Amino acid sequence: MEKLFKTVSFMSATLVMILLASIFISLFNSAKPAIEEFGFGFIAGKEWGVEVPIENPVSTVVATTAEKKVEVKPAENDNSLESMLGGGNDDIPMRTIFGGFIPIVGTLLSTLIAMAFALPIAMGIAVFLAEIAPKQISNVVGIAIELLAAIPSIIFGMWGLFYFAPIVQSFVGGYQVSLLTAGLVLGVMILPFMAAITRDSMRTTPDVLKESAYALGATKFEVIKDIIFPYSKAGIIGSVILALGRALGETMAVAFLIGSVFSLPSSINSPTVSIPVAMANSFGEATGMKTSALFYLAFLLFIISFAVISIAKFYFLRKDK
Amino acid sequence: MRLLLNKIVLLLSTVSALIGLAFLAWILFTLVGKGLSSLHFSLFLNDLIDGGLRNLIVGQFIMAGIASLIGIPLGMMAGIYLQEYGSGRYVRLIRDLSDIMMSAPSIVIGAFVYAIVVVPMHGTSGIAGSIALSIMMIPIVINTTDNMLSLVPRELREAGIALGASKYRVILDIIIKAAKVGIMTGLLLSFARIIGETAPLLFTSETSNYFSVDLTEAYPSLTVSIYALANDPTSSSRDLAWAASFILTMMVLMINLLGRYITRKKG
Repeated sequence: MEKLFKTVSFMSATLVMILLASIFISLFNSAKPAIEEFGFGFIAGKEWGVEVPIENPVSTVVATTAEKKVEVKPAENDNSLESMLGGGNDDIPMRTIFGGFIPIVGTLLSTLIAMAFALPIAMGIAVFLAEIAPKQISNVVGIAIELLAAIPSIIFGMWGLFYFAPIVQSFVGGYQVSLLTAGLVLGVMILPFMAAITRDSMRTTPDVLKESAYALGATKFEVIKDIIFPYSKAGIIGSVILALGRALGETMAVAFLIGSVFSLPSSINSPTVSIPVAMANSFGEATGMKTSALFYLAFLLFIISFAVISIAKFYFLRKDK
Repeated sequence: MRLLLNKIVLLLSTVSALIGLAFLAWILFTLVGKGLSSLHFSLFLNDLIDGGLRNLIVGQFIMAGIASLIGIPLGMMAGIYLQEYGSGRYVRLIRDLSDIMMSAPSIVIGAFVYAIVVVPMHGTSGIAGSIALSIMMIPIVINTTDNMLSLVPRELREAGIALGASKYRVILDIIIKAAKVGIMTGLLLSFARIIGETAPLLFTSETSNYFSVDLTEAYPSLTVSIYALANDPTSSSRDLAWAASFILTMMVLMINLLGRYITRKKG
């Protein structure tokens, strides 16, 4: 019995490794057709779901296209369905190309806006909770902030779309669904998470250090700036990067607001798309190469967030340091 | 000058806290305002096909419940291994990987389950949704168990062993009991976390308009339906989405507060 118990617990622990490995392998396998088709150029490809002729010598393609157009037009009245079906595919083999540049850029930019918005406020909240507020208030506000972190992301999305975005729009103009509103709502969403873990890092500063500084006549701000920040620097940076990782992979809060349009944003308040949103909105009805291209995006997202979280955890937040 | 700067910074920091609280209040007021006005008792009696939410709430609970049945034992056993049996580099590796998995994008977990469950089964299903949620849950449970067991004093373990109990008996009867409150809280919080998830369910369970106990077909999900309803332009769908959001958020917050209450009372 003892042996069985030990074996089961060992296997459960090993399951974590197996799961992560199989996520990696199965995403890669599902993405394989797209990886073979588009290679690394996928990352820089700006077309999503655009039909292009398969590479022939250019002149032939142009010639056949022109001929075909002339031929097809009169026939359209008689048998439009057949001519439409045969239209592109008979002589010129077409293929659909997918490139990930737009969702990758959308993901990075929305995360950047979210971080720019959330970072200063989260730092302020963390300082308030760890240093300024009396214990009672700090506890109550702390719980409130943690409750904000517990609200499901889809609620942030809905609230953002119907209540927050119109207000943002009235200030900066542009569209209600845009890179800016998506980034800001994403910022509101990661705010409590970032504040809570930053507060925890700040609280690791030993009281002796703080009291010594106060005894030397330092103001609260000087203690925060010269004692707490330097002491808990690694923890704070790690917390911020962890929040960044969360923002990169967030789906629902962004899905309501980014617009899900496969075009590069011409300005900060025009719509675009991010990797998670592209998956959320296109995965269901996708087939063939499109599914594979979406898996390619998922694979890239997994690797990016894996890297980001690893940096935060291993470099800055080493527990057994 | 120093004192002035000090005052300014303290003020800014307090303002930040107020901004955070204002967002919480704003979201909650929106939910209560929009939710309560659309909330009606009949929502709990009818399925979505008849304009109610009954099948969605039940479906979401069943999937989160099955996910817990899979995720809690596996996660707890793994946590027990990390704290009680294993040692050295392997433990550190698993702990790190589990932390990484905890932060992995939930939509990627959805895509993974799509590849390994939905494709072979030729369709979305309640099973696939439950598996996706259980994968979300396992690392959270591992983390909780690991942390809570580490707080149990060494003497308790030694006392148990000295009485001649076998190690697994000591773990089950002494260590788990000693860490019970903390673990219970952690489990409640992890349940609250997965019951509000949408992204891992989008293409694993999808959702359904009908009441269903057949886990091999597309399964009703409250969160996925909220997404669909909120994107529907008709105002009745939107009202329903708000009512559903209100119910969902209240469930999540209640479970959260319950978890905190248990800790506070016993701890």
